[in-house]
Amino acid sequence: MDITIIKPILPEIVMAALACVVLILELFIHKKETIGVFAILAVAAVSYVIPQSFGSAFNGMFISDGYSVFFKFIFFINLILAVLISIRYLKIERSEFGEYYSLMMFATLGMMIMASATDLIVLYLGLELMALSTYILAGFIRHDRRSNEAALKYFFLGAFSSAILLYGITMIYALTGTTNILAIASQLQGKMTTQLILAIVFLVVAFGFKIALAPFHMWTPDVYEGAPTSITAFMSVGPKAAAFAALGRVFTTGLIDFAPDWRGILIALSILTMAVGNILAIQQSNIKRMLAYSSIAHAGYAVIGVIAGGAEGLSAMMNYLFIYAFMNIGAFAVVIMLRVEGVKGEELEHYRGLAKTHPLAAVLMLIFMFSLTGIPPTGGFIGKFYLFKAAVGAGYAWLAVVAVVFSVISAYFYLRVVMYMYMHEPEGEPAALATSTPLGLALLITTIMVIVLGVYPSPFLAFARLAIG
Amino acid sequence: MPGTYLPSNYLPVFIFLVVAIAFGLGALLIGAIFRIRRPYKEKLMPYESGIDPVGEPRVRFSIRFYIIAMLFVVFDVEAIFLYPWAVVFDKIGLYAFVEMVIFIFILLVGYLYAWKKEAFTWE
Repeated sequence: MDITIIKPILPEIVMAALACVVLILELFIHKKETIGVFAILAVAAVSYVIPQSFGSAFNGMFISDGYSVFFKFIFFINLILAVLISIRYLKIERSEFGEYYSLMMFATLGMMIMASATDLIVLYLGLELMALSTYILAGFIRHDRRSNEAALKYFFLGAFSSAILLYGITMIYALTGTTNILAIASQLQGKMTTQLILAIVFLVVAFGFKIALAPFHMWTPDVYEGAPTSITAFMSVGPKAAAFAALGRVFTTGLIDFAPDWRGILIALSILTMAVGNILAIQQSNIKRMLAYSSIAHAGYAVIGVIAGGAEGLSAMMNYLFIYAFMNIGAFAVVIMLRVEGVKGEELEHYRGLAKTHPLAAVLMLIFMFSLTGIPPTGGFIGKFYLFKAAVGAGYAWLAVVAVVFSVISAYFYLRVVMYMYMHEPEGEPAALATSTPLGLALLITTIMVIVLGVYPSPFLAFARLAIG
Repeated sequence: MPGTYLPSNYLPVFIFLVVAIAFGLGALLIGAIFRIRRPYKEKLMPYESGIDPVGEPRVRFSIRFYIIAMLFVVFDVEAIFLYPWAVVFDKIGLYAFVEMVIFIFILLVGYLYAWKKEAFTWE
C-alpha cells in the first residue's frame, strides 16, 4: 500500500478529522468560546500541511494546484473571520451550541473539495457537504421563525439546484463516457450537439444558483436576511467562492472548446445579475437585505473574470473574491456589532447618526461601504479595476462599461448608509454596541486588509497570478 | 458511442409507461361514464376498516420518531456497505480494510455524538 497517494488530499483529511474532534469536544466542553478557538487552530493545522500537498490523486479525480490552494486560503480566511464575529453574537441570539463550529468546518471541507475536484462526481460530493452544512447553519437560531424559514427555503431551492447539477453531469457522462473534467475536453473534441447545449445550460443554472446569479438569485435576500448574521457573512463569501472555483475549473478546462457558447450565456446572466442586484438594493431598508442584493451584484462583477477567461481573467476573478471576503465580512461585522439584546440593529434607521454616538463604528462602516462601491484607495477599487482591465483585454470593453455604469448605481445605496451615519442626527437614546475582543480582532484584520489591498496590492495580485501559473 | 446516444433500449419502458397511464386514466374515465351515482352519507365516509372514523387524520407525531428513523437509516447504510465489502474482502486487501475502518470510525463519531445528546433514550 502506497501511502503517498493521499498526499494531495491531506489538508482535507486533516480538516475532516479535526471537524470530528471538534464535534466530540463540544460534548465535554461547556465554554463554547473554547471550541471557536479550536476551530481557528484547526485552520492553522490544515494550512500547515497545504504546502506539501501539491499534486494529483485518485486517478486524476482530485488535484491540489495553485488555483485550488488560492481558493482554499479564501475559505480559511472566511472561516476564521466568521468564527471571530460569531462568538459574542451567538450568545446574544441565545444560540450557543458547539455544533455551530464543527458545521462551519464541515462546510469549509466541502468547499475545499469543490475547489480541488477534477471530477464532476467529486465536485458534487463537495458541493453537497458544503450545502447541507450551510442549510443547518442558516436555521441555527431555532427559536426564530425567520431563521427557520431561511433554512427551509435554502434547503428546497438548494436541493433543486443539486438535482439540476446532477442532470447536467449525467448528460456530459452520456456524451463522453467520463466524468473527469480534463478527459471531457478530449472526448468531446469540440463537437457541438444539442445534448451538450442542454448540459452546459444545466451546469450554468446549478452553479448560478450557488453563486446567486440572476435569475437564480430568488433565494438570496430571504435566506441572507433570516439566517444568523454571522452565517450570512460566512455564506456570502465561502460557498460563493467555492462555486466560482468549480465554475472556473469546469468551464475553462473541460468545456473550453465551447467558450463562445457558454460565454454568451454568462454575459447575459452577468448583465442581468448586476442590474437586479444593484437596482433592487436601492429600495431595501433592511441592511442585511441590502447586503444580500449587493452580494448578488458582486457575483455579477466577478463572473466577468470567467467570461474574460485566460490567466488574466481568472486571476482577476480570484483577486476580486479575495478582496470581497474582507470587505463583505467587515461590513457584516459592523452589522453584528449593532445587534444587542433587545435591538435587532438591522434597519437602516438604526444607523441614523451613528457617527455621533459611535464614531469608530461609523468610520469602519464608511471604509467597507467605500470599498464595496469601489472607491480608491480601498481594496474594492483594485478588485474592480483588474476585473474590468481583464474584460477590456479580452475584447469585452463594452461589458466593462456596463459594469462601471452599474457600479455608479451601487454608489447610491452604499453611500446612503454613510449619509444616514454622518448627515442625520441621532434619535433617542443611543444603543450600546456589542463589542468583544474577537469581533474587534475581526474588524481590525478586515479594515487593515481592505486598506492595504487598496494601497499596496501588488504582492497579493502577484500571488493570484502565480497560483494560476 | 459519444454524441450519438439514442435511448432505444428504453423504448419498451416508454411504451409501458404510456400504456400504464392510458390504462389508469381509461379505467377511471369508463367508470365515470357508466357507473350509477347514488351517494349517501355512509358511502361518502372515509373508509377505516368498517369502523366509524374518529377525529382528524392529521395528528402530530413525536419528533423522537424522526430521530430514530434517521439513526436507523445511517446505521442501515453502514450495514449495507459492510455486506459487499465482506464478500470480496479477500480480493481487495489491506487498502479496502483501512478504508472501511475509517468509514466505521466516522460513523462512530456520529454514534458517540448521538449517544451523548441522548438521542437513544426514550422518555
